[in-house]
Amino acid sequence: MNLFHYASPQPFYGLAGRCWPWLAALATVLGVAGLWLGLAVAPTDAQQGEGYRIIFVHVPASWMSMIIYLAMAFWGVLGLVFNTRLSGMMTRALAPTGAIFAFLSLWTGALWGKPMWGTWWVWDARLTSELILFFLYLGYIALTSAIDDPRRGDRAGALVAIVGALNVPIIYFSVKWWNTLHQGASVSLTQAPSMARLMLVAMLLMALAFWVYAIALVLYRVRTLILQREQHAQWVRELPEVAGGAA
Amino acid sequence: MRWTSWAEFWAMGGYAVYVWGSFAMTAFLMAVEVWQARRQRANTLTALRRERDLLAHDAEHPTAPHAKDVP
Repeated sequence: MNLFHYASPQPFYGLAGRCWPWLAALATVLGVAGLWLGLAVAPTDAQQGEGYRIIFVHVPASWMSMIIYLAMAFWGVLGLVFNTRLSGMMTRALAPTGAIFAFLSLWTGALWGKPMWGTWWVWDARLTSELILFFLYLGYIALTSAIDDPRRGDRAGALVAIVGALNVPIIYFSVKWWNTLHQGASVSLTQAPSMARLMLVAMLLMALAFWVYAIALVLYRVRTLILQREQHAQWVRELPEVAGGAA
Repeated sequence: MRWTSWAEFWAMGGYAVYVWGSFAMTAFLMAVEVWQARRQRANTLTALRRERDLLAHDAEHPTAPHAKDVP
């Protein structure tokens, strides 16, 4: 399979159309399994009682908010270096999902902070850098939608994505670099996880579900962007969903 | 299974507001996002089909005013 074949909009439109329904189904299965384990089976936490269960949405949402921004930076680099048309569309398709996950990270974090720390919010390194990430997403969306020429918008957006990606390692390592109220990483590659196995499995299932959900949704969304950008191309006019059916 | 009753499950050991507030907002925003994505695709397809019909009309009636210009 030639990967560059799929870097052009037309083959990618078809590929994404074949993939997203399966990914959506897989995300549903993973999500149901994760919710069942996390809400029904996982034991009560010794310190935080049932309140700790917020972790099953908080950690996956926070991870995805960072991963999606890195993915945007990746597509931004590809777009600037190779000037491929698909890159800008992928970056744009990722942004709304990333913004929602960043918001959910802050929202669930506030709801977790209130009972455990006694406050919805503190201006510490972890929370502040995540808030900046949320604003970077909003800034990216505002900037790209304010520029009428799509390719110019893509290039400006790619710069925001790449420069803003510097913030992601700051978020991730903030709990090590600064004194913060936020606890350290629950899961790391170098140490045994600091949580019960069942809780960990439930959290990883939820993280996987969010990940696959994001991929399915981004593929779905990029197809719409491809249709808009390529609306005057012959292949778009000949698509069954455009050629058939009533206006 | 860790719960003995539905009431106990919904109470979440006194953390109901925080736990369900987190899960509900997540579910709500995901639902909004999916609905929004589907709506955008439907709107885009409708616009593309309308353009197709206008082009077809102009091709069939080359001397008539453009369909776009007819009020």
